[in-house]
Parts: sequence; C-alpha cells; structure tokens
Amino acid sequence: MKSAVVQLPGLNRDRDMIAALTKIGGKPPVTVWQTETEIPAGVDLIVIPGGFSYGDYLRCGAIAARMPIMQAIKARAEAGVKVLGVCNGFQILLEAGMLPGALMRNASLKFVCKEIRLEVVNAETAFSRAYAKGQILRCPVAHHDGNYFADAETMARIEGNGQVVFRYAEGTNPNGSMNDIAGVINEKGNVLGMMPHPENLIEAAHGGADGRGLFASALDVIAA
Amino acid sequence: MTISNSRPITPELIAAHGLKPDEYERILSLIGREPTFTELGIFSAMWNEHCSYKSSKKWLRTLPTKGPRVIQGPGENAGVVDIDDGDCVVFKMESHNHPSYIEPYQGAATGVGGILRDVFTMGARPVAAMNALRFGAPDHPKTRHLVSGVVAGVGGYGNSFGVPTVGGEVEFDPRYNGNILVNAFAAGLAKSDAIFYSKAEGVGLPVVYLGAKTGRDGVGGATMASAEFDESIEEKRPTVQVGDPFTEKCLLEACLELMQTGAVIAIQDMGAAGLTCSAVEMGAKGDLGIELNLDLVPVREDRMTAYEMMLSESQERMLMVLRPEKEQEAEAIFHKWGLDFAIVGKTTDDLRFRILHQGEEVANLPIKELGDEAPEYDRPWREPGKPAPLPASLVAEPNDYGLALLKLVGSPNQSSRRWVYEQYDTLIQGNSLQIPGGDAGVVRVEGHPTKALAFSSDVTPRYVEADPFEGGKQAVAECWRNITATGAEPLAATDNLNFGNPEKPDTMGQFVKAIQGIGEACRALDFPIVSGNVSLYNETNGVAILPTPTIAGVGLLPDWSKMARIGGAAAGDQIVLIGSDGSHLGQSVYLRDVLGIVDGPAPEVDLVVERRNGEFVRSAIRNGQFSACHDISSGGLAVALAEMAMASGKGMQISLKDCNGPAHALLFGEDQGRYVVAMPADMANFLCANAEGAGVPFRRLGTVGGTELVIDDLLRLPIEQLRDTHESWFPEFMDGSSNAAAAAE
Repeated sequence: MKSAVVQLPGLNRDRDMIAALTKIGGKPPVTVWQTETEIPAGVDLIVIPGGFSYGDYLRCGAIAARMPIMQAIKARAEAGVKVLGVCNGFQILLEAGMLPGALMRNASLKFVCKEIRLEVVNAETAFSRAYAKGQILRCPVAHHDGNYFADAETMARIEGNGQVVFRYAEGTNPNGSMNDIAGVINEKGNVLGMMPHPENLIEAAHGGADGRGLFASALDVIAA
Repeated sequence: MTISNSRPITPELIAAHGLKPDEYERILSLIGREPTFTELGIFSAMWNEHCSYKSSKKWLRTLPTKGPRVIQGPGENAGVVDIDDGDCVVFKMESHNHPSYIEPYQGAATGVGGILRDVFTMGARPVAAMNALRFGAPDHPKTRHLVSGVVAGVGGYGNSFGVPTVGGEVEFDPRYNGNILVNAFAAGLAKSDAIFYSKAEGVGLPVVYLGAKTGRDGVGGATMASAEFDESIEEKRPTVQVGDPFTEKCLLEACLELMQTGAVIAIQDMGAAGLTCSAVEMGAKGDLGIELNLDLVPVREDRMTAYEMMLSESQERMLMVLRPEKEQEAEAIFHKWGLDFAIVGKTTDDLRFRILHQGEEVANLPIKELGDEAPEYDRPWREPGKPAPLPASLVAEPNDYGLALLKLVGSPNQSSRRWVYEQYDTLIQGNSLQIPGGDAGVVRVEGHPTKALAFSSDVTPRYVEADPFEGGKQAVAECWRNITATGAEPLAATDNLNFGNPEKPDTMGQFVKAIQGIGEACRALDFPIVSGNVSLYNETNGVAILPTPTIAGVGLLPDWSKMARIGGAAAGDQIVLIGSDGSHLGQSVYLRDVLGIVDGPAPEVDLVVERRNGEFVRSAIRNGQFSACHDISSGGLAVALAEMAMASGKGMQISLKDCNGPAHALLFGEDQGRYVVAMPADMANFLCANAEGAGVPFRRLGTVGGTELVIDDLLRLPIEQLRDTHESWFPEFMDGSSNAAAAAE
C-alpha cells in the first residue's frame, strides 16, 4: 500500500500525519508539493493533513481547493483512489466539492483543542473497517472551524446513505456540528473527511492508540 | 518625486524619541555633528531601555550564565543547552506587555511570533511554547476584553504556526489593571553542531533581506515599550505590529531548508527596532560595517521614508549574511515558499553603519558605538523594607475548612485554566506527554526513543512585592521544583524581568534585590540563566505592576516512561508529604482570598533543603516509586491534595495527626521545598525508610480511595464538587452573564 501526503504552505500537521502513516504502514509516504500537477503513480491513499493552508485568511481551505494539485487529486479520486482529509484537509475537500456540506466557525467562536469521544457510525468503509459499529473511540480535536452544516435535503441523503462515518459521542460535540457529525464519506466510499485528529492518538506516548484503526483500515494493515 | 528624509532636530523631537538631554549630548560628542532625522531614529531605537538594557545591564551581569551543559548563554537570539546525543535545546522568554495592553490580539500574537523567530533563527525547530499572562482585577472593566484578546492572539499565532503550547500561567491582580503582562516562551530542538549565530564574518559579502515585506506597522514600537503609560495610550495603537503566522510558518521552513545548504554565514531576526537593530547587531558583533540601500528593501506601502523603514517593526522578517556562491540556491528556496529574498546591502571594513536611500546617504554612524556605547546607568536604589513576621497563631482559622478550600480552588487565581489552554493547540507535532494542568509541560524529543523535555514558567509576584530577594529565589525554586516533580533534571532557565519605572529608587530596589535572589537560587540549584528579557516602565499614572520576574526553565527526562504525573494515584495508594509541615501563612492565598488580608513576609526558601528534597523526589520518580507527584505551592497542602484528587478522580482519606502546628497552617501554609506523592503501600514503607536515611522530612498523610477528599474531621468534600467549583470560575467569568460572574466572586 503506497500513500502520499499533500504539502501546501501553512499546513502544519503534515509531520504528524507522515509519522502516523510511517509507524502504522511500515514505510514513509511520498510527499506531494502544492505546485505539482500529478500524484505519483501507484499511490493508493492520498492524505491532506491539517493546518492553516495559505493562512486560512479567506474561508478555510478555499485557496487550497483551487490549487492545481487538487485537479490531480480529484482525477485520482474519480479513478477510485482513497483520499483522506483531516481537519484543514476536510475543509479543503469540502471547498473542492469532493464531499457534501460545509464547515462553519465553531459555535463557541473559539479555537478548541481537547479530547472528545467519537462514535463509529459506519464501520463498513475503507477507513473504518478496523472498528466495530457503535464503538466509542477517544480522539483529540484541534480546530477553529469544525461546525459541520448541510441543508436538510443533503443531510437526509448522507444520513440515509450511511455517509456519516463518525459522530461526536453524546455530550462531547466540541463545535456545534449538526447531527454531531465529525466525519463524512462520499457516496462512492473512497473520500473521507473528518475534523478530529486520529494521527495524534496512535501510541503509548499519546496516552492511547484509538486512532490506529483508521490508518490500519486505510493502509490495509489490519492486524488479524 | 523623492521622499524627504530631513526634519529639523528640535528639543521636542529629541524628547519625543525618548532620549534624555544628556543622552543627546552623548550622541553629539560621538558623531561630532547634529544627527539627521533618520540617525536620531536609529539612536532612539538602539538606546531605548528595551534594546539597550541601560538600567539593567549592571545587574544582569551578576547572574550565573554558565554551566557544563550551556552551549550559548545570553547575548544571542536565544540560549542553547546541551541535552546529550548531539542534541540541544534552544529557548528564550520575551515580554510583549505594552503592545498587548494597547491591542491585545495582535500584541500577544506578535509576542509569540517574535519568540518563535528568535528560536528558529538559531537553526532550531520550535517544539514547545508557554505563556505567562498577568491581568488586572477580574472586575476591572478592561480585564475580560484583554483576557479574551490575548488568549485568542496567543492561540491564533501559535496554533497556525504549529507549535504546541504546553504550559504557562494566568493570574489576576489589581496591580496589573493598567499594565498587563504577556511573557512568551519558546523552545526548539537543534543539533549542537548546527547552531546559527548573528555574528557577521567577511568583508564585501551580501546582506540579504528575507521574509515578509516592510510596512509602517510598529514604527517606534521599542521606544513605546520603554515608556510609562498615561491616558493617551490609545493613540499608540499604530505602534503595535500585525502578525501573519502563515508567513512565519513559511519563513521557518525556508530558513531551516536554507541552513541545510551551508549558505548562511550569520542570521538575525528583525524584532524590536527591526532593520536597525538586526543590522547593527550583526555588524557590531563581527567587527564589521554594514551598508544598506533602502531602495532594495521589499516594501508593502508606497513612499516610505528611510526613517520609517529603519524603525518599522513589521513581523516575519530576517536579515542574513550570505555566502555569495550560494545566492541562486538560497533565492530559489525563498521563492518556493513565496517569500521575499533581496540583497539589500553588504558588509564593509570601515565599522560604519551607512544607510542609502534614493541616492542620498541618510545615515552614517559608528556601528560599534551604536550598540556598545549605549548609555549605561547605575540607577539609585533603595533597600526594600521587610514586613514584620506573621506567626500562624495571629492568623484566624476559617469558620469552615471545607468552604475555605472550595473558595480557594474556585478563586480567580487557583481555579482551572482549562478555558485558556483549550484555545491553544497542545497536541500538534504528536510529542506532547503532559499538557497544561500538570506541574510542567513535557514534550518528547523526536527521533530519540526515550528522551523528553520538561518546561515550566513560574513566579509569585506577591512574594516578590513583600520581599524581592526571597521572591526572586522562590521564582527560581518553584520553576526548578515543578520540573523536578515530573522526574526531569532542571538544566537551565530564561528570565523575563517585568518591573515598574527604574528611575524610582524603590522600584530599582525591587529589581536589584530580585536579581540577587534569582542569582543566589540559580547558583545553589545549578540552574543557570541562558537567555532573557527585561521589561521596565510597566506603570500607568505612576502605579507600578507587582514586581514580576518570570522564570521559565527546561529540564531533561532521560526516559519519559518513568515520568511522574499529578493524577496517577490509584485506590489504596498511600499519600506522603515530602518536606516540612506547613507553617507559613504570610502572603498566602489563604490570607488573601479567604480572609481578605495581604500581610506578612514571603516564605523563605532554604535552597539547601530545596535541593535535597528535590533530588530525593527525582531519584524516587526515576526508580519508578511513585504513582503520582505534585509540588506544593500557592494554597499549600490542601490545594495540592485537592488538585491531585481532581486529576485522578479519586478521593483521599487524610489525617494530620502526625503533623505539628495549627491545622490552618498545616493545610494552607505556603512553606517551600515540598511535594505530595502517592505510591502503593509497600513502596511507602520503603520510601519513608529512605527519606529517614537521607534526612528528608516526610509525613504519612493517608490513603487514596472513595469519592471524597476527607481531612480528619476538618473537611469532607466530594471530588465532583471540588471539580465543579474548580472548573466553573473561568468559563463563568468569560462567557457567563455579568450576573453569573458576579455570583462567582
């Protein structure tokens, strides 16, 4: 399984993501710089990590979504390659129209960094199959704009299709997200966006490893 | 059309630049003529208190700055300390007090930006940040606005840049009503053989401008920061810089990439007094002149004068002396990151600082004298008086011990800081082992299997006010103790000395005695000061802040799996006090916050005892003997026990029957050099035998278990109630209605 991490100026959890993919996948991902127009051949998983691309001085992810590299990512996603966007990566995938809905400023209007609980709503996706449906995971969040919103029609559709993969478990919604949504997948099931940071909870030093399952699923290295 | 660089030099203009008449005379005799307007600006920038340390230098020299692990002490952008294996930690703390009061978000943000730049200028990747914040009384009309802006600014910059904020302090006191304190700390990791310095070498080499463009923001900022405040303060808003963490993140990556290429001879960030200070420093340190052509400086505004360009404090900029053969490679890196790269001058052999603008020479000054010949004052100072002793027998007991403890854990200064630190990214980089809420922040050293660094920032300003010498000692001792309480060995510290107007002998007396106390403690604890910053003139309308010498220290844990935490106690564990029984209630928070009295002497720190007790605790942690460890500070034993119980979620049954003295002093006394530790019962016997052998005082206090904190028949409080009280003050103060905030008072 070959993975790639997209590097855009202002992203800052790229090193965390590279560390997680390396530790769990057994080999480092390739990195793809913003000005490149192709994803290297043979990549099965493209990851857009968190941060503040281009400072996020405009709407979060809006500038990144319009960079040339996004065309290449879209093309690969259409060909079935898995794409994971975490935090700013999720915001970028939404801005690029690759996932439904939008992320607004947190209801508190403040940046929030804390550990929350995640409920695995759909354990049958390429990103969540290491988990069990209904399993409650520990996971940190760290964001200013994670308040998920979709219009009624879209919400009914994604809920009906099982596109909500992760929800904030009861009482832990940190940002006011509609339906406690923390992560959504596209209809085809190969593009996942999520606000929490599973890459920051993968080893003893982090005080837990609940995030490993996501990478084990996506990298196809689920322990028997 | 050319821009006029000339303006008549009048006494009013000289005074407006913060230069005293005798300082101006000194300028005249140094250069033998009247300075140009630009030159006057340059002198004002170099000779103000903030940049020249003219009132403090004499005393700063007395601090211990060397040690076997010290690679670089004060005088560079940051201190550098060896942490074995060819690794080193680069760190410093710096104030951004005046700008943060005027414009809290940008003032705090650029304070964080400035200290991060100091660290990565030396070739280190920032891995941890802390912030020591002090605000006025909670009920002062400006306080909430300032807290909200400063915290958002600290987070806004650090979160976007991508450094975890792992510790800090937030305190309230009416003495900060007119001058808040924002002290920002950053630490980075580098290889000991790849540190970059600011000393220029070689004649005729290109001087390169890197990073963001120059604007008019922050013109005269350092001069503003060297003055007292009065009602006209709002007019000073334009002297506050505006931060751009995105550009800083790009600048970090570009600089680290550039340093790999071997292109950098010397590098200096543009902080206070921007282009002026950075260029003078690089030249003067290398015994070289510098010539700058301002027509080549990247600017973001039209028609800037030489004066404005030389004094601009626009952020995210660096100056570098480059190996000429690497120019193309270096330029390509900066363009990749979308940053400016411009050769703006050269090094010369004439020791002159020459500034050219539109074909005109607007400044031509002796470069060494600009820095080295700055005025230096031996300001008169008065020995502070000592408050009369205050024996515990003269201090009232509380009517209800349970209510007294609840009052303390829910008070503005002892309540949980969660509201603050959850706005900071504490986890980014994936190496945070302890986030705020413990005794020290701990971050593992990436690339090493077991090593970690511990960070703590401390000072107890009410002690320093009561006794500057003991208070200075205590700030160092508490920082050292907090680091020790994780099991780390304290290596070195940085100091951020915040005081009032040094021209007043009483204030200068506080400053002198505090430095003497800091020096004594640093020597006794082998805890050298390797970098620092002085912020004076923290006064408004003649009222000074509490003297606040913040000490931020770094410690090394060889194996983080042995690290102690505050909340690790398990049911059945024994609780043991290491150190003496509590007895000292003078200047305690019990006295202030429960009885409403400020009185008595500060607690004295016996540095021999401090060291002995600390070394005993550290060695026990490293032998894996404790399940939890916490230092005792403000609020004494009772608050320490409550904090441990809240952190573990487990109750405790405590008895003071073996202790000597009145209960209120045992519980709330703020005697120094003490820890509370928890461990399994069989381990406790072993530990107490060891303590006896080592001559370390100890008391067995009780057992972990249940859901309540019980102390004899004095108090019985459910952990949930303690927690609710502890957690609710800050959010109610900041987000609740004014009624809710008033109710919490």
